[in-house]
Amino acid sequence: MAKLESSFKNMVLVLTGISIFAAAALGVVYKLTLEPIKATEIAKQEMAIREVTPHFNNAPVAEKYMLISPEGDSLMCFPAKQDGKLTGVAIESYSNKGFHGKIKVMVGLDPNGKILNYSVINHTETPGLGSKMTDWFKTDKNKQNILGLDPGKDKIWVSKDGGDVDAITAATISSRAFLDAIDRAYRSYMTPKNAAVDTMKSIVRQSSASAEYKDKGVSNEKE
Amino acid sequence: MKRNKLSVVLNGLITENPTFVLMLGMCPTLGTTSSALNGMGMGLATSFVLICSNMAISSVKNIIPDKVRIPSYIVIIATFVSLLQMVMQAYVPALYASLGIFIPLIVVNCIVLARAESFASKNSVFDSALDGLGIGLGFTIALTLLGSIRELFGTGKIFGMTVFPEQYGILVFVLAPGAFIVLGYLIAIINRIKKVS
Repeated sequence: MAKLESSFKNMVLVLTGISIFAAAALGVVYKLTLEPIKATEIAKQEMAIREVTPHFNNAPVAEKYMLISPEGDSLMCFPAKQDGKLTGVAIESYSNKGFHGKIKVMVGLDPNGKILNYSVINHTETPGLGSKMTDWFKTDKNKQNILGLDPGKDKIWVSKDGGDVDAITAATISSRAFLDAIDRAYRSYMTPKNAAVDTMKSIVRQSSASAEYKDKGVSNEKE
Repeated sequence: MKRNKLSVVLNGLITENPTFVLMLGMCPTLGTTSSALNGMGMGLATSFVLICSNMAISSVKNIIPDKVRIPSYIVIIATFVSLLQMVMQAYVPALYASLGIFIPLIVVNCIVLARAESFASKNSVFDSALDGLGIGLGFTIALTLLGSIRELFGTGKIFGMTVFPEQYGILVFVLAPGAFIVLGYLIAIINRIKKVS
């Protein structure tokens, strides 16, 4: 079969035909992969939540809600509950102060705001230096470990700036950014204008009847 | 002209190895080989696109008018890359996350377009598939080799398995300058071997 002549009509027809085929193929595969992509994203979130919060038997991803930080940003918050009782929250926090851009961290706080655990979701810090943050702040060495600290009482910033935490060697900027993300999660969680915090506090003080009732309702369902 | 099927594959693998001989597609080569696994992932992803686009282009080569062949090839290649991107995002999210921006950039990888223009548009579908396979494997092997060496010297691991403790690693090999250094030495060694034989 001879090659088609490069006439205007042929060129338009061929390009249109190829584009239609391409669009159809893309459409089909998009439909096919839509569900798996969503599922893997939820699984990834759930794994990060499981890593940073204590045992829970609810579905934190389904019960997520927005926290408003003091600066007006919104952070996603995943409550972890055991039989309807709040055991901790996982907060998806971030910082723009990194060496190479945005750092996203899943921070686990207990109901009183103490740091339970963290998991770095993604970052673009220098490999071998800033990237050490994934383990550095969990390691029990000198003053590296931030787990169990209470950002309300302890000074969660690097010791170079007068804080209580040792920065990663040769990666002070990444360390500051990481702690900024942790701090943002804590401050957002503790901001009084967040209804969620009010609910949490009322459960603790057992002063709000409606919250208690809701709490009981959930645990009864489980039984 | 009847050509030996094996020689088509070996051509891409050795004589016209895209990385070490043709020196094409240097951007993903240098950018994604920070570890052996990333290099191999990138190589396999590019191979998939190469084989598919070579076959598709070879089968429609006669209905594409000469003047619009480059835009047509680009649309075909871009389609396969987008398909690959969605499938990877769905089923191998970890690899997708670590290769990141380099997956969509396969569209403009000159190896893919070069093979479409210089081989697939002149040969049969089966030969084009073999050529895609050969070039793809050559690229994969080159990237895996580069990635393994950088990972070994940089972090003391190969494919995540520890060979020596991480603190003895030389950090520069994981960073961009290390890619240039290792690639340069690899090309020098391969040229030396070729000269002797």
